[in-house]
Amino acid sequence: MGDYLLLAWTWARASAQYRASFAVSIVSSFAINALDAVAIGIVFTHVTTLGGFSLREVMFLYGTGGLSFALADMLFGNIERLSQHIRAGTFDTMLIRPVSPFVQMAADGFGAHRIGRLAQAAIVLGLSLPVVPWSRAWMVPVMIVCGVVIFTAVFTLGAALQFVLVDAPELANAFTYGGVTLTQYPLSVYGDQLVRGVTYVVPLAFVNWQPALYVLGRPDPLGLADWLRFASPAAALLLSAAAALAWRAGLRRYRSTGN
Amino acid sequence: MIETMSLGRDFKVRGVVVAAVHDLTFRVEAGEFVGCLGPNGAGKSTTIKMLTGILAPTRGRALVAGLDPARQRKALARRIGVVFGQRTTLWWDLPLRDSFELVRLLYKVDRDRFRTRLAELTEVLDLGPFLKTPVRQLSLGQRMRGDITAALLHDPEVLVLDEPTIGLDVVAKAEVRSFLARLNAERGTTVLLTTHDLGDVERLCRRVLLIDHGRLAFDGSVAELRALVPGQESIEDVVAHLYLSSTPAAPRTPRRTPDADPPTVTA
Repeated sequence: MGDYLLLAWTWARASAQYRASFAVSIVSSFAINALDAVAIGIVFTHVTTLGGFSLREVMFLYGTGGLSFALADMLFGNIERLSQHIRAGTFDTMLIRPVSPFVQMAADGFGAHRIGRLAQAAIVLGLSLPVVPWSRAWMVPVMIVCGVVIFTAVFTLGAALQFVLVDAPELANAFTYGGVTLTQYPLSVYGDQLVRGVTYVVPLAFVNWQPALYVLGRPDPLGLADWLRFASPAAALLLSAAAALAWRAGLRRYRSTGN
Repeated sequence: MIETMSLGRDFKVRGVVVAAVHDLTFRVEAGEFVGCLGPNGAGKSTTIKMLTGILAPTRGRALVAGLDPARQRKALARRIGVVFGQRTTLWWDLPLRDSFELVRLLYKVDRDRFRTRLAELTEVLDLGPFLKTPVRQLSLGQRMRGDITAALLHDPEVLVLDEPTIGLDVVAKAEVRSFLARLNAERGTTVLLTTHDLGDVERLCRRVLLIDHGRLAFDGSVAELRALVPGQESIEDVVAHLYLSSTPAAPRTPRRTPDADPPTVTA
């Protein structure tokens, strides 16, 4: 933890050496994500509900999924650059330090530029809050934390895979960047099989969909069991345990580069 | 201080198992200065990586400062220093001094001890003029002195260097060499280095390990190494002769037997 903060601070200072690039990246990341949110608004100028959910409700899903992802991405998302570090040989230099290579990877190149995405998701979530009843508001921070853990675990699984498939870092993107897009809309707009897949296989439905059904007081459009709405912490724990094992297995299989 | 027992590492290359290092057994006592020689792709770097905990061995085991490198990597990191000639461990965009401060925090070096040690190293390696310069603006020689300093701030018992003089000009090379000799003589730090520069070996190493095709081909003094090939003038000729005459012979046609296959991927 201390090491993470220390490294993140050092990288932020290093990236602040390039002030113009720093400012441009914050602004552009905010703008790109703002356009993404505007797209939802445009959809709702044509329809009144999306998958049975109102604009505010969709914004709630979008905001919670987006915020979890933005936090996971800002704090740990850099782990997906593992294959670059393996190929450049810089991962070797992390292994000679008395600090976990996971922490070093996560903090590597930490830059406040990722705040752009965070701000956009937080604004959308803030605007959607009127749909959340007070009695169920406690679930909102719980689901965001679980979402951060789930996305971090997915990032880590993808990175662990890169120990074996150094040339295929994009494979994991389907589950990280693809995953966030998926969670930003009501799962009821997707096919039945896909929803079951993200419930039982890659538990992205627990990032926000299942707990949101509780918060919004909705029946499950697929008729899945009600207790699943409270299963996010368990799903997050299970997935992070799997990710930790995969990371350790990957590290033992690490083959470094020539020279 | 360093001990390997039948240490080996296989790599799977396109479905074929290749032994980059095979059945390596040697012992380095505390305070020794050992040079590791061998042609490109012989398994030197793989060996160094197994000794520093970067790579897990597939056979045998190693003990460095009494620790198993792959299993006790973090504990080992506090006891050894590692320098890669080909890549830096310093922070590219920050002043050199900031990298040192970070090393202090990551290795949890006591502030007073750090100050004393950095002052000593700054004087001996003449770092004063560029302590405040961002690492990216340093010359290769300056950067190497910075990297060596970073590897020594936590006062390791063992210093492992992978080609520390590569690319350095004669003056920078001489500075690095005399520093390493002093470190070994005055502080008793055990030094293990790999190199292709036989000047390093002649001036520094009391003992030479020759690794060829992943095996230990020679272990002895520089004089003994010379005696292996009588009639050669320079140590360069001696080593070239040894590299060329090593079996399996120079044209490296891949063979489908794991043991005899020359390691093609790892260095």
